[in-house]
Amino acid sequence: MISANDRLADIGPFVPAADDDLIICRCEEVTKGEIRKAVHAGMYTLTEVRRYLRCGMGLCQGQTCGRLVRNIIARELGRKSSELEPATGRAPMRPTEMKILSSEKGVE
Amino acid sequence: MKRITEHPILGKIEKGRAVNFTFDGKKMTGFEGEPVAAALKANGVMIHRYTAKQHKPRGIFCAIGRCTDCVMVVDGKPNIRTCITPLKEGMKVQTQYGTSAKSEVKKNETV
Amino acid sequence: MKRYDLVIIGAGPAGLSAAAEASKCGMSVAVFDENAKPGGQLFKQIHKFFGSKKHKARIRGYKIGEQLLSEVAGGVDVELNSPVIGIYPEKEIVVRQGEDIVHCKADSIIVATGATENMVPFEGWTLPGVIGAGAAQTMMNLHGVKPGEKILMLGSGNVGLVVSFQLLQAGCKVRALVDAAPHIGGYGVHAAKVARCGVPFYLSHTITKAEGTDCVTGAVVSQVDEHFQPIPGTEKHFDVDTICVAVGLSPMAQLLMMAGCEMEDARGGHVPVCGQYGETSVPGIYAAGDVSGIEEASSAMIEGRMAGICAAAYLGFCSEKDKNASLTKLSEDLNDLRQGMFAPQNRGKMIKKTEEGIDISQTLLAEGHITTEEAERFPGVVHEVGVHPVIECTQNIPCNPCQDVCPKHCIKVGKDITALPQVDTNIQCIGCGMCVASCSGQAIFLLDENSEPGFGTVTMPYEFLPLPQQGAKGTALDRSGVPVCDAEVVGVKTAPAFDHTSLLTIKVPKDKVMDARFFKKGELEDDKCK
Repeated sequence: MISANDRLADIGPFVPAADDDLIICRCEEVTKGEIRKAVHAGMYTLTEVRRYLRCGMGLCQGQTCGRLVRNIIARELGRKSSELEPATGRAPMRPTEMKILSSEKGVE
Repeated sequence: MKRITEHPILGKIEKGRAVNFTFDGKKMTGFEGEPVAAALKANGVMIHRYTAKQHKPRGIFCAIGRCTDCVMVVDGKPNIRTCITPLKEGMKVQTQYGTSAKSEVKKNETV
Repeated sequence: MKRYDLVIIGAGPAGLSAAAEASKCGMSVAVFDENAKPGGQLFKQIHKFFGSKKHKARIRGYKIGEQLLSEVAGGVDVELNSPVIGIYPEKEIVVRQGEDIVHCKADSIIVATGATENMVPFEGWTLPGVIGAGAAQTMMNLHGVKPGEKILMLGSGNVGLVVSFQLLQAGCKVRALVDAAPHIGGYGVHAAKVARCGVPFYLSHTITKAEGTDCVTGAVVSQVDEHFQPIPGTEKHFDVDTICVAVGLSPMAQLLMMAGCEMEDARGGHVPVCGQYGETSVPGIYAAGDVSGIEEASSAMIEGRMAGICAAAYLGFCSEKDKNASLTKLSEDLNDLRQGMFAPQNRGKMIKKTEEGIDISQTLLAEGHITTEEAERFPGVVHEVGVHPVIECTQNIPCNPCQDVCPKHCIKVGKDITALPQVDTNIQCIGCGMCVASCSGQAIFLLDENSEPGFGTVTMPYEFLPLPQQGAKGTALDRSGVPVCDAEVVGVKTAPAFDHTSLLTIKVPKDKVMDARFFKKGELEDDKCK
């Protein structure tokens, strides 16, 4: 897994690419270029990139793009995607309105 | 014809009764209980919404309620996953622009 | 708070199988599923399954789903439209039901949430008309609506191949099957039944653009180099309204992660570290089916049963002795399925020879069909006087219904169900056609190489509408879907035992019996010719 020391590694400058405009996170409309730039800005983990750009934080909760974002970050870091901690699994796993979340039943 | 009337393996596909609904005010028919998205598809509707940032069209993508790309304004409520929402008589289905239907966007803009 | 001995998350093949075993042991079981209908993806699987009798081979997926539902009926509380939104310490489960959030407590949990489709981004992939292959199956096989008229399929794994065939069955046109890999990923027999309908395969190709402004109006496909990068100047345009993406599945294991299970990157994604029977690192929490590693529905059902028995034993509903006896048997069944060329341990390996030492057809891997010349080297392909089977099953896959159904026992697979079927020429075939209809890969044909002077007949499985009538005239197509000669339908057989696979017998010139493998009625449409 990527550790704190890995942040000292030089990953070189951001090099623009032809497909930087490609949408990766469909819900929040985050592009490949934005994700790559975020890595060069120091976001080395999926959690950081998610918080920074909101990719994977939309209605689908990263179901579609989670794997894609992880691969892009890993590639930018020159690492294997398996070395990158995947996004945390946390509730609610499915889109749930706050109104419903707050109306809990069956808790005694 | 977008509906499969007879299938070599499944035979006749069972459907509920025919019901009327509207899509952006246009009258359409579908079958009760089928997903709103299926009824729209059978009526030739491809675009379910326009995205908030880039205003790009979206439609059915996963069809099982996971990707949330097919969300629309249904009976006034936005972000309804049409691929898993059963069609009912008289339903009012509207294209979603960002997070609301068009008329509401205009209202907000004039305020 | 409601309390259950066992809560199962996911009412697909693994979850329902687990529920069946656990409730048999006397546990109180609740199954939560986010969908409106149980069965997971089983009810979209309208093809016949592979395996042997104990794996429910030659039964169509949706029928297996019905069987599973009747097995759990009465004993199990299946709660639909109930997405589990979280698992908390002490096995507290939070479920959304309608407008409510409901908590319940489980003494054991089986997570059987299945998988989610992988996607590949390309220019225009957000346009309406670009859909997952699962979406296509859902629209046509559950809701009876065609996902499109003219389709391009991306991905030649089993999902891409099976869905392409199902699209043809639904009356759609499949313009091309594209895969970046140089070889077809799925079973050769699945590819062959698509290829003979005339669908061209573009291996070492990828989609570079979905065209259109409001929705898909076309697709651009390019050849790729060895690093899977598109080669400029190789662009081909396809006039399609729908692009179907079938580029693999990822386990949907977020709930297990949240429950604190140790995870690893293996078996197709981020999965829980599991014991042999699905035991995770958290005592009393089990994983079964695709969520613990991508495989087939057939193996998911066995894994589900294993997990169900383990959960029962964990809480004392089943003795260690009974547990071990059941698990031994189930392990054998599972092991049978995990053999052959496509077994988990062979994933990513390039296999050049069959277990029998026969060279695998390279044409099959590159174009989706074997050639007449290659066919001759396989043990299922024989030449005899009178009617006899020709079995074009050329890869070691775990499947043996052909052996089971032949009333004359002239087809032999043997004990090892991945072996290639052989035809025993000492026994006279009676031409009943059971093997043709039962072959899940639709790879068996009955040939009479000299039915009348100058002519022979070919009997093929046929699962399309309209079914040609006896006397219909048309064209015989070869294994790649290219017309070979004129043909006349001389026999059409349907029977309940064939389960919606009709047997079409066509008469062709004697020298074409080894080439003709499909039939198109009447004049060929221009766009069908390649």
